[in-house]
Amino acid sequence: MPDGNATGIGASVPRKEDRRFITGKGNYTDDINRPNQTYAYFLRSDIAHATLNGVDTSAAEKAGGVVAVFTGADLAAAEVGGVPCGWALTFQNGDPMKEPGHPILAQGKVRHVGDPIAVVIAESRKQAKAAAAEIKVNLSDLPVVVDMTKAIEGGQSVHDEAEDNICFDWAIGDKAEVDAVFEGADHVTSIDIVNNRLIPNSMEPRVAIGDFEDSTGDYTLYTTTQNPHVIRLLMGAFVLKIPEHKLRVVSPDVGGGFGSKIFHYAEEAMVTWASAQINRPVKWTSDRSEAFMSDAHGRDHVTKASLALDKDGKFIGLKEETLANMGGYLSTFGPAIPTYMHSVLMAGVYTTPVIYSNIIAVFTNTVPVDAYRGAGRPEATYIIERLVDRAAREMGISQVELRRKNFIPEDAFPYQTPVALAYDSGNYNATLDTALKNGDVDGFDARKAESAKNGRLRGIGYSTYVEACGAAPSAVAGALGARAGLYECANVRVHPTGSVTVFTGSHSHGQGHETAFAQLVSEKLGMHTENIEIVHGDTEKIPFGMGTFGSRSLAVGGSAIDKALDKIIDKSRKIVSHILEAGEGDIKFADGNFTVAGTDKTMAFGEVALAAYVPHNYPLEELEPGLEETAFYDPTNFTYPAGCHVCEVEVDPTTGVTEVVKFTAADDPGTVVNPMIVEGQVHGGIAQGIGQALLEGCSYDDNGQLLTGSYMDYTMPRADNLPNYVVSTESTACTHNPLGVKGCGEVGAIGSPPAVINAIVDALSDLGVTDVAMPATPQTVWRAIQAAK
Amino acid sequence: MTTVSMTVNGKAVSAEAAPDTLLSDFIRESLALTGTHVGCDTSQCGACVVMVDGSSIKSCSILVVQAEGAKVTTIEGLASDGELHPMQKAFHENHALQCGFCTPGMMISAIDLVNKNPDLSEADIRHGLEGNICRCTGYHNIVKAVQAAAAEMKG
Repeated sequence: MPDGNATGIGASVPRKEDRRFITGKGNYTDDINRPNQTYAYFLRSDIAHATLNGVDTSAAEKAGGVVAVFTGADLAAAEVGGVPCGWALTFQNGDPMKEPGHPILAQGKVRHVGDPIAVVIAESRKQAKAAAAEIKVNLSDLPVVVDMTKAIEGGQSVHDEAEDNICFDWAIGDKAEVDAVFEGADHVTSIDIVNNRLIPNSMEPRVAIGDFEDSTGDYTLYTTTQNPHVIRLLMGAFVLKIPEHKLRVVSPDVGGGFGSKIFHYAEEAMVTWASAQINRPVKWTSDRSEAFMSDAHGRDHVTKASLALDKDGKFIGLKEETLANMGGYLSTFGPAIPTYMHSVLMAGVYTTPVIYSNIIAVFTNTVPVDAYRGAGRPEATYIIERLVDRAAREMGISQVELRRKNFIPEDAFPYQTPVALAYDSGNYNATLDTALKNGDVDGFDARKAESAKNGRLRGIGYSTYVEACGAAPSAVAGALGARAGLYECANVRVHPTGSVTVFTGSHSHGQGHETAFAQLVSEKLGMHTENIEIVHGDTEKIPFGMGTFGSRSLAVGGSAIDKALDKIIDKSRKIVSHILEAGEGDIKFADGNFTVAGTDKTMAFGEVALAAYVPHNYPLEELEPGLEETAFYDPTNFTYPAGCHVCEVEVDPTTGVTEVVKFTAADDPGTVVNPMIVEGQVHGGIAQGIGQALLEGCSYDDNGQLLTGSYMDYTMPRADNLPNYVVSTESTACTHNPLGVKGCGEVGAIGSPPAVINAIVDALSDLGVTDVAMPATPQTVWRAIQAAK
Repeated sequence: MTTVSMTVNGKAVSAEAAPDTLLSDFIRESLALTGTHVGCDTSQCGACVVMVDGSSIKSCSILVVQAEGAKVTTIEGLASDGELHPMQKAFHENHALQCGFCTPGMMISAIDLVNKNPDLSEADIRHGLEGNICRCTGYHNIVKAVQAAAAEMKG
């Protein structure tokens, strides 16, 4: 058996899953076809807000190849439920948030471009699409609500339940106390921020196949989700009333998610329900245009924020007022993102003693908004780091010095912030030092002079951030409105000859769990990852688990695996104790071998496994045969990855074209299991962060028409838009999970946007520019330059 | 319906197709070669890139009838006798893929680039791959992989 040590924690083990992806043998949902399957096409609203007077499907029903046509009225008659929201917020006075229904197909009104009105099911996709054109929809236009500031003035409501379009008006912190601090402050820095709306754009569009088997009454849903059990629970219990034991959800290889595949979507319920109506499988494959108007969007905050400082530059208070767009309906985690994933991070890495964050969530006639890589934390980091950058400029203190002066010191952990969270560990000076060194910040002035010779303005920008991952302690989440637990589960099955299959509730859609999770087993059992298989993504195989989002897989799912492995080793020790006739306390386990202290007695892990399944010499009266253990892990705290990103840009002042010429990240993701994978995750996050800062921006016109509805209009970062990144880790261990891990999936997207924008502001500061909006397109930058003239 | 014939991954294939069928749909649906992916509907993403008569092409941008008689190589045809193509090997060794969805098209575009310019610079690679969108990797490791493969392909 190959050496296990080579594939344990800390090794850059090449990915086990790669082979199938590089040879075209991946199994994505759209690659699945079921016998006798039909195809669904959704007719979607092409106007943003209207009364739905009626839908005439008679011509479509007669069209070639059509099997069935369903509308919202059919679903209402069948008492199909709406898409549920998974997190309940309250108003400041304790009243529950406004929670209007979210029907599977529109009923009464359409509320955004892309809102599904009817579904056609036909023998081919082409026939379904052609028939949908025959559906006559009777709509009466209503005034459209797009701009949040206007939305909350009332006059036209998206939902009757919320006349002023306010879903909730929530706050954390003592406003009076914070106001008082501001009154007495030596310096106050303020900023207005628009955190631009983004479209997640995983490269694999969503797909759902409903497959009902009438001989057994079993339903199977194949779907592109990050969390199959969550979908099974939400869709089964709340929408279709199918008990869990009759509903299987399979999410095989999934081509990226970035949050957008967490949520339960209407199309999943639609194909599952329709399959039972027609007693045939129903397949829906989103095309990209459809994805733009039906996948949940991200970010979209409008914020006013201020930082109060004393004369020495110490932060003494911070406040924000944010309008957070919810879109036309509440998506699964929509309300949680601007609140419990955002406001509680407003201390950042600093000792700011008092903080007030007020979040007003707003309905508009736009696609629902929910988690997108970072989810609330990029928005928090952007506010804090733009404020800090501006304060340093206003007070004439260096960017680095002002940050150091206000860092939570290394010896202050665990650190209780004024906004609920308690950070367990961190060393913000260490990541800052590493970034300054790796980014050769000392050489910046020379590079700036060199750029100037070429007519380019060079700037440097910093971001020192902390985020919260590993969601979450269930009791805490529940107290804050979560309608689910947030533990994770793992089942470790040791086979008779000693190889191992792990069944995990976490889900991999690019993160490399089949490798990284195998490394956890390799480390603990001393076996090579070749002998370890990780299974995920099928509710019929895996134990109940919450899936993958918020950089939780390793911290929560990995910890569950670790706990299950502990149980395996404990049981193994009992078996060894019996066979080798030694006291349990004398038995040591290392490098895959059990040894008895003070003797030469030894037993390999594989031999123990065999003994467990062929229990001829086995303590059967005390111990069950077999070697398989399950563990649930519910964390006691979030984890707090942190770090420092330093960005250098060159701006061409004549065109406004901005190029990121140097990007350095030093991150603290806790214990690093696979450095290669961690670097890859950070690269990808930074690319999305630079995308947000420079390129990407979802745009609606005043009529609620999506102007950025394709890759012709929505600027995705491409290879020639991005630099190479200098990334490194500077880890402190998480103190409350057994692996010491924190998370790395989102740090890039959280830390990078303010570093980029601060760099542009720095480049243009000599011209008098103090602010540049995201995305800092050439036009935006050029206009900022002109306005400052 | 019309009959189309071509050589795909070294094998002669012949199948019935509607004349408006895209090559990408033909490959995925008629030939069941699902390694070629479709990631957009505006010929922007490059997930569907295949090799047609030695040049990379977005297979969503041509009709299958236009490929009549052509030699087509899809991702499934890159490895020979279980031996990975240097580009496949380099993508694996340099962690140039995460979710794997853009990977087939990305690798075939990259092979075409290297075939046409074995001495390509980093800027050539970045510019040459701008028709292939990857949302996962941030391109850093893709560029590294293409550089490594180019070195190996040169021998």
